[in-house]
Amino acid sequence: MQQIFNFIYKNSNRLLFLLLLGISLFLSIQSHSYHRSKIISSANFLSGGVYERINNVNEYLNLKTQNDALAQENAQLRSMLFHTKDTTVAPKLDSIKGIKPSDIIVSKVIHNSFSSQENYLTLNSGSLQGVKQDMGVINSLGIVGIIDNTSKNYSTVISILNNKSRINAKLKKSNHFGSLTWNGKSTGFVQLTDVPRLASIRKGDTIVTGGQSVIFPENINIGTIDRIKIDDQTHYYTIEVKLFNDMTNLGHVYIIKNENREEIINLEKKEEKDE
Amino acid sequence: MNSVLFVNIFRFIILLTVQIIIFNNMNFWGFISPYPYILFIILYPVNGNKSGLLAASFLLGLMMDLFSNSGGFNTAACVILAYYRPYLFKFSFGLSYEYQTIKLNDVLTPERFSFLLLSVLIHHLILFTLEAFKFTLLLDILLRTVLSTIFTLLICIIIIYLTKPNRR
Repeated sequence: MQQIFNFIYKNSNRLLFLLLLGISLFLSIQSHSYHRSKIISSANFLSGGVYERINNVNEYLNLKTQNDALAQENAQLRSMLFHTKDTTVAPKLDSIKGIKPSDIIVSKVIHNSFSSQENYLTLNSGSLQGVKQDMGVINSLGIVGIIDNTSKNYSTVISILNNKSRINAKLKKSNHFGSLTWNGKSTGFVQLTDVPRLASIRKGDTIVTGGQSVIFPENINIGTIDRIKIDDQTHYYTIEVKLFNDMTNLGHVYIIKNENREEIINLEKKEEKDE
Repeated sequence: MNSVLFVNIFRFIILLTVQIIIFNNMNFWGFISPYPYILFIILYPVNGNKSGLLAASFLLGLMMDLFSNSGGFNTAACVILAYYRPYLFKFSFGLSYEYQTIKLNDVLTPERFSFLLLSVLIHHLILFTLEAFKFTLLLDILLRTVLSTIFTLLICIIIIYLTKPNRR
């Protein structure tokens, strides 16, 4: 017994080191797996609060660009309102098909990262406002990401500029779809992979979200085709997509509630059980 | 002894704050960012309590991870740097380092520079390796490590020069 205590006392430093290293490596490895949300995230009282304070100051510097973006969106919505055929019919308030306005939560980005391989945003609305995991986040220009963690008043978003992000996307003119990933290189471009060779594509075509995803509604803008490559091994297209969004400058965003989501997931689960 | 403790607590808070508010927002070409918060580990007293340093580094890294959504990468890098610091001292200053009084925040000598360089390099290499977590990105990791190391080192030296105690 004495010897055990002696050993622990003598090697206390090394044991402490190994313990702390073990904890940190556990956290690191855990954070790389997609399906478990992270233990350490900035959706908490402390960092959320600090980021909100910082953002209150930073907001003033971006007022002009944010105003421009809002004015442009207003103009777009107005033009839609004026061009409806029959003004007596209540106009559809939102351009997104099948989504009622109450299904959208307006939120603000209070922290944005885009320099690492796995980028996250922090928003200033959380479970109290009805935000849940796996909701889609968009803004007026296009998609932004998917909700990862939520706390009472804050939530984190897996940005589309994240190695882990995989989003179903398709060509606007035909219905050929692929999955949208990011190779970690440029903040202005994402990659659309697994598009079959049959699809006729050209530079400049628009890429939108596909209907297979239960997170995003169909036909939300993503970007335009910039370069086209053919994968040597799989013979599928790999397309460089130039984003409509400037991911380095985000202000207000919309969080989308998909009401059918749970129904679809339950149905698919049932199917799996039956097999 | 008490004043040393206070200086270190003060340094911990100031470096962390500055890192989060200013340096985390610095991005050159989208992927080079400086991490001068590790100056806390570098400038910790040479003969100070080692377990204390380990615990403090763990906390420092954890706070960084909390604020930058980076899992446990900063924590791991900080803890490893804190544990291997004595070996780095031995390497850069010679075997009898504990008997001399080494002051790091002073004029830059080759020994001090080599110690700084090694510390920053080790920290960044671990940080970026854990962050990428893929061997296919090896070249990318090395590039980011080298460029960020240069950048961090430059800022560390500037901070040391700005805060070094005046001698009359």
